[in-house]
Amino acid sequence: MNESGVRLKKKSSPYGVKVPERKLTAQRPIERAPLPERAIISLHQNIGAASQALVRRGDRVLTGQKIGDSDKLISAPIHATISGEIAGTTMVINPATARPVEALVVASDGADEWVQLEPVENPEALSPKEILDRIREAGLVGLGGAAFPSHIKLAPPGDARIDTIILNGCECEPYATSDHRVMLECGEKVLSGLNIIRKLLSPETTYIAIEDNKEDAIEHMEDLIVAMGFKEDIKIVPLESKYPMGAERILTKLLLGREVPIAGLPLNVGVVVHNVSTTKAIHEAVVEGKPLVERVITVTGAVNSPKNLLVRFGTPLGSLIEYCGGIVGKANKVILGGPMMGFAQFDLGFPTMKGTNSVVVKEDTIVTEQCCIRCGRCIEICPMHLMPTLLAKYAKAGRYDQCKAAYVDNCFECGVCAYVCPAKIPIVQYIEMAKRELAKRAAKK
Amino acid sequence: MTPVKKFLISPSPHLWKGPSVSKIMYLVVLALMFPSGAAVYFFGYRALSVLGVSVGAALLTEYVCRRMRGHTFVMDGSALVTGILFGLILPPTIPLWTVAVGAIFAIAIVKEAFGGLGHNIFNPALGARAFMSVSFSLPMTTWVEPTGFGVDAVTSATPLSGLSGWQQFDPAAYQAMFLGNTAGSLGETSALAILIGGGLLLGLRVMNWRIPVIYVGVVSLLALAFGQDPLFHILAGGLMLGAFFMATDYVTSPLTNRGKMISGVFLGALTMLIRHFGGMPEGVCYSILCMNAITPLIDRYTKERPYGLVERARSAG
Ligand code: SF4
Ligand code: SF4
Repeated sequence: MNESGVRLKKKSSPYGVKVPERKLTAQRPIERAPLPERAIISLHQNIGAASQALVRRGDRVLTGQKIGDSDKLISAPIHATISGEIAGTTMVINPATARPVEALVVASDGADEWVQLEPVENPEALSPKEILDRIREAGLVGLGGAAFPSHIKLAPPGDARIDTIILNGCECEPYATSDHRVMLECGEKVLSGLNIIRKLLSPETTYIAIEDNKEDAIEHMEDLIVAMGFKEDIKIVPLESKYPMGAERILTKLLLGREVPIAGLPLNVGVVVHNVSTTKAIHEAVVEGKPLVERVITVTGAVNSPKNLLVRFGTPLGSLIEYCGGIVGKANKVILGGPMMGFAQFDLGFPTMKGTNSVVVKEDTIVTEQCCIRCGRCIEICPMHLMPTLLAKYAKAGRYDQCKAAYVDNCFECGVCAYVCPAKIPIVQYIEMAKRELAKRAAKK
Repeated sequence: MTPVKKFLISPSPHLWKGPSVSKIMYLVVLALMFPSGAAVYFFGYRALSVLGVSVGAALLTEYVCRRMRGHTFVMDGSALVTGILFGLILPPTIPLWTVAVGAIFAIAIVKEAFGGLGHNIFNPALGARAFMSVSFSLPMTTWVEPTGFGVDAVTSATPLSGLSGWQQFDPAAYQAMFLGNTAGSLGETSALAILIGGGLLLGLRVMNWRIPVIYVGVVSLLALAFGQDPLFHILAGGLMLGAFFMATDYVTSPLTNRGKMISGVFLGALTMLIRHFGGMPEGVCYSILCMNAITPLIDRYTKERPYGLVERARSAG
């Protein structure tokens, strides 16, 4: 199993926790979801600036046509995901920023007529600038959830030297299997995309991090690496399955022993982390000229038949759930994203977006918060080595300065602290509140 | 169409892991059944009545206090734990009315007056024991040999109160101390029962191993250093019960693992200092109360170093 030398020794971290995996759809091949009758396409699905609409009500658009863009640096264009007519606008929430934004409604003509794509015969001949342009024009953002525009991440500022690329195939959130299926079914594209960013950044080492609950994906990627001739350049690091190992900063620490500075980025320590679904999309953008109009989303939990679906953005959650046979039992919660970090959605008309990797339906009850019993569990597992109980306590008392002094900004809201808390304190909610207040204060100054 | 449904909105995470506070408390109660069982086995009806009065008074006081403070009474099990623990650290012959007074003191003064579960500074059972030692010093130091459910108890010295006698201990005496067939507080005599209960909590990860293991370890090392028999010091007196069930009290012990280790070291040192140099043979109770008092200080100096802190300092410098 190890003879190719591609697979390195398994790593594990003392932080984080084992969460129930509930990967119901791990063995379910990716299926194409039906095209929506109306796609609600948000003009802001990423971190950074919002896009301005390039089309007007009544315009006819084709699948893949750019319908929104911005001249701001940190931004990503938006494309029509079906062909049809712009029927109007509406407001939705951008999950990446939790702010309301404008969305265009495209009424389908049922034809799914695509714009002319511009594939390249020989991607090797493209200059770095051309590659980055193609990535930007395709509207690429990180598909792991953070939705950060990819072309920015791939063009580190002049003085930053990237020596390591980490391809993230951890998928540590319970239920989610989209990255898993993408590796199994589109592994070539994933590796080809990875190779493109290796060309751009010319790192010394490239790792693929995959949790050991996806042995089939590890083996498959291992075989592909050998078959595609990357044996010397790309190594796979299996990780003990634990949440939140797939977070950028945790991976950087785990694989390289480097800590990303507080308020910094992995590139500050010479590392770039990309998600497997992102590099697949990079391949499609650069080689096939295909803009980002769809992705694999795991629709799972309390639905009749959980599936991995290739979904056009803007498809309402309700129609995906219906396609999976509807909600079963007493399930009363629809989560956009995973159960650890996703947010609960009450409106089934809400559209899927670039950052949506799963839709989880589950039964839940409201828990009552008790007093902290100082058990220390939250501290023991916080991957950022914070003191979650104190952050929650300070925030609750409105002592935001103390939150700041206790490095509240370092928290990336992974939620394991609240997950293990016996007193069921919604620690993340308190932390978010403190961050919001601190941001407001900073803005006033 | 999916029928219109009301969906629940709540902040992430949307998954929780057990155990809840009350489950933890009931697991502790379960573990305490071993020393309690040993107490009843060795001290018979006396043990039953002391434990019964202690638990009853603790629960009732908790109920009254919570209602007085305008809270609803939740049976979270914490008062039950305090009640049992308090009973276990009392001598078998203690008058029952003083047990009730002590249990009321434990809950009303040591716990609820500070704000209830999670806010108390001192371990309620130990706080009350200290109060009892001062207020009822004679019954608190009257010990009897265990006679099971037999009738007459004979007053005796605990192994520790005759500290001078420790060198002549023979294996039979050690065996009696390990099993619990010796004079002492109800639940402190049987090291075996405490080990089973404590082991259960360690195994279930309810208890953090650091405090008890380091505490007992340091006591043994210091005993060696003083030229005494470590085994005697471990088996005699309240060390085992204190190390496993009192010093590990979440609320009154340090938050971080580092803090817990420091606490364990200090506890061991204090206990041996009190036993060796102090006038009192029993140092466990006061050592733990002492460490309870400086827990906030330990917490302040043992905060975790946040991820990414050093790097920023380096790049800024
Ligand atoms: S404090 Fe933040 S980073 Fe730490 S466990 Fe909680 S949510 Fe995760
Ligand atoms: S896990 Fe909950 S109860 Fe335990 S210390 Fe943290 S906040 Fe307090």
